[in-house]
Amino acid sequence: MSIVTVQLGQCGNQIGFEVFDALLRDSHSFQGLCSKRENEAYQTSCKERFFSEEESGVPIARAVLVDMEPKVINQTLSKAAQSGRWKYGQHACFCQKQGSGNNWAYGYSVHGPRHEESIMNLIQKEVEKCDSFSGFFIIMSMAGGTGSGLGAFVTQNLQDQYPNSLKMNQIIWPYGTGEVIVQNYNSVLTLSHLYRSSDALLVHENDAVHKICAKLMNIKQISFSDINQVLAHQLGSVFQPTYSAESSFHYRRNPLGIDWQVRPPLSGLPPLGKMSLSKDLHFNTSIANLVILRGKDVQSADVEGFKDPALYTSWLEPVHAFNVWKTQRAFSKYEKSAVLVSNSQFLVKPLDMIVKKAWNMFASKAYIHQYTKCGIEEEDFLDSFTLLEQVIASYCNL
Amino acid sequence: MTQSVVVQVGQCGNQIGCCFWDLALREHAAVNQKGIYDEAISSFFRNVDTRVVGDGGSISKGKICSLKARAVLIDMEEGVVNEILQGPLRDVFDMNQLITDISGSGNNWAVGHKVFGSLYQDQLLEKLRKSAEHCDCLQCFFIIHSMGGGTGSGLGTFLLKMLEDEFPEVYRFVTSIYPSCEDDVITSPYNSILAMKELNEHADCVLPIDNQSLFDIISKIDLMVNSGKLGTTVKPKSLVTSSSGALKKCHKKPFDAMNNIVANLLLNLTSSARFEGSLNMDLNEISMNLVPFPQLHYLVSSLTPLYTLADVNIPPRRLDQMFSDAFSKDHQLLQADPKHSLYLACALMVRGNVQISDLRRNIERLKPSLQFVSWNQEGWKTSLCSIPPVGHSHSLLALANNTCVKPTFMELKERFMRLYKKKAHLHHYLQVEGMEESCFTEAVSSLSALIQEYNQLDATKNVPVQDLPRLSIAVSLTLPCQCSGVISAHCNLHCLGSSDSSASASQLLFSLVTLLDIPIPHVLEQAVHFVACTRHFFFQVFQ
Repeated sequence: MSIVTVQLGQCGNQIGFEVFDALLRDSHSFQGLCSKRENEAYQTSCKERFFSEEESGVPIARAVLVDMEPKVINQTLSKAAQSGRWKYGQHACFCQKQGSGNNWAYGYSVHGPRHEESIMNLIQKEVEKCDSFSGFFIIMSMAGGTGSGLGAFVTQNLQDQYPNSLKMNQIIWPYGTGEVIVQNYNSVLTLSHLYRSSDALLVHENDAVHKICAKLMNIKQISFSDINQVLAHQLGSVFQPTYSAESSFHYRRNPLGIDWQVRPPLSGLPPLGKMSLSKDLHFNTSIANLVILRGKDVQSADVEGFKDPALYTSWLEPVHAFNVWKTQRAFSKYEKSAVLVSNSQFLVKPLDMIVKKAWNMFASKAYIHQYTKCGIEEEDFLDSFTLLEQVIASYCNL
Repeated sequence: MTQSVVVQVGQCGNQIGCCFWDLALREHAAVNQKGIYDEAISSFFRNVDTRVVGDGGSISKGKICSLKARAVLIDMEEGVVNEILQGPLRDVFDMNQLITDISGSGNNWAVGHKVFGSLYQDQLLEKLRKSAEHCDCLQCFFIIHSMGGGTGSGLGTFLLKMLEDEFPEVYRFVTSIYPSCEDDVITSPYNSILAMKELNEHADCVLPIDNQSLFDIISKIDLMVNSGKLGTTVKPKSLVTSSSGALKKCHKKPFDAMNNIVANLLLNLTSSARFEGSLNMDLNEISMNLVPFPQLHYLVSSLTPLYTLADVNIPPRRLDQMFSDAFSKDHQLLQADPKHSLYLACALMVRGNVQISDLRRNIERLKPSLQFVSWNQEGWKTSLCSIPPVGHSHSLLALANNTCVKPTFMELKERFMRLYKKKAHLHHYLQVEGMEESCFTEAVSSLSALIQEYNQLDATKNVPVQDLPRLSIAVSLTLPCQCSGVISAHCNLHCLGSSDSSASASQLLFSLVTLLDIPIPHVLEQAVHFVACTRHFFFQVFQ
């Protein structure tokens, strides 16, 4: 059950590196607090899922790195190689010289079609290396030009070319107080396009992760490295193999095949908290919740609290909306850890905020000329706003 | 990675340019210890094997052989360029990169623009094309000139139009030195206004700078250095005015210190594009983020720190001081007051050991004292580059698109009008072929229109920000069409839509229009036209 990761833009590539690093470190440098046999099954599964084997024995990440300018990819490749534990494939990257200039339209309408063939070929090669392919994991940010615009384009292509494979997009929600001035435009355009072509959107807000670093981890001078490592840790604890008694290969449950079971796309899913089952739950109405528990005493953990009907929308029974996966093998040196993956109203407030700001800016027509000169017209903006308002309304009505 | 070409025009442009190349070499020497020709260096320099005659000498990888600046040097007098070619930087420039004349432009924009423009048009084109060919991926032209004279102002702006026509995909960033009030060139207002029209129309981004601000910065530094405070010694290389450690050993001219400030501005502007960092910012992102409307492309810059004290341990308080300084008038390269004017957009380009949390903390801290335009309340663009400038552990360049440039332009216009009303010195211009009075009147209207734009924005300054009414969606829109008089029309519209996305938007608009109680035309063949009308109407409602 292999996953092919597509890392797009500076953010996507920086995070992608941390994710693979976290996955391999957890898998290899840690006994797992369980039996040797369990541990080995876990390791084999993790390896097959995210890495392919080479003659030299060094695992190669199942990843395609895409960026429109070379600095970040070069850095990412060398960091991976330097670790000595794993690396990226030699020919797994696609790079250009000039970057997308934070312009969604440039990433989507210019770079996309221009480099469609090369990028899709690279992805195809990676997919062919998999014995049993389960889907795509696409890492991108919403604020910039490449991750957002080219990411939306690539996801659309994946939808066309691999209609039966699952696509999960990891999107990074930018800081509320600017990283990029046109980030709200880029985000609105990205979300509306991904809505149509992605199966699931896993959302991480920079502000939220920043708070984790500051308050929970007490880091004084927080760098993007710190933020990305927290992110990678969360993703790792979702994506590492989980024990499933049904199948003969116990660690083969497909993490992408989580029963989304809900209406069409845009499931905004934020994994919350770790470490304990404390009340991290917002009283947002949920459509679906998945709890992944790892470590000691996992079998006896009490998850009844998650089955409270108050948490769910009126037209769903908790039994249909709630799932729990329990795995004895611990994750990344934590004796016990838990992850909650939730499809709920949590996303409404941030989404509403972004749409509001983008709408205010759109009314003044500021920066629109930068988009229209690359082929994204005002109608496209309007369509995106319409779609997102519908999403907000749908979630509000849960 | 991309390359940039510097086009230095006129006396001022070439003097600044010279300082720029000097400091650029110093910066790359400090970063690139192994002497390998890498992508960072290639952004401004070619690597050439000087033994090869003619054009074939470029080396793209490996050890640095001989670095040649990606520059074109233009001056209609020989003095400055000759001096450069006899100075320590002579080997950095290619003989083929120069265009000079003897007579000069006589501080007359018309001579620079019309006479020398047409005379040297072909040569200019040829040199520019050559320098572009030497680039793998040319992204940007940096034009350096002054506004008050004849060559830099006239020929420099003639070039802009040429660059726009010949290289439409390449950005044009202009560093313009504006004349100060005590400028000794009487006709500088004429030259500046005539040049402004060209900047308005053909530049992507302009960084206006005035001599007075540069002079004030130097005075401030001198005061600091000579104050003799106990225990304070300044690291010589860290002075934003110094060329210590560079090829030019001493300040031969009084302007050198001032020119070094501008050179540092350009280096910091391009640092995130050349060097790695956790949040990169390429040159095309500057225009994308800081230019909300094509004509409003004037950016006020400020640089900190101006010097570094010799203390080794710099506590975080110092770091915060750097951010505060960037918003103080003392550090700006233009006489202006952004804090009391309206910000349209602001970019913070940080270099060195600064992390995202430092950036966020300072933005939160400074935001309340700054006024941003209503539609861009959180209008910050940030970048983090890991490599600090020579002599510093960190630095900050702030670029602001702010209505505070308006007074500079208004004053310039006033000085112009004082001369123009009396027709003073006008004959010098009108006797040049191709010049007419309409050139002057058009230039003034262009500037007036620009000032008016800033006025309109300023008028919104203290108005409380109100959120605009959003699209109101009824969730029932997602349900299938029902049959009723109105809704069936809606269904028909859906079929007539040319593509899915336009149909969904038109669905929405139609319903909106219905909600707003507007009579619906009976003839549905006009539906497409109707949709077009409602879109137009729609914009009016929400503006």
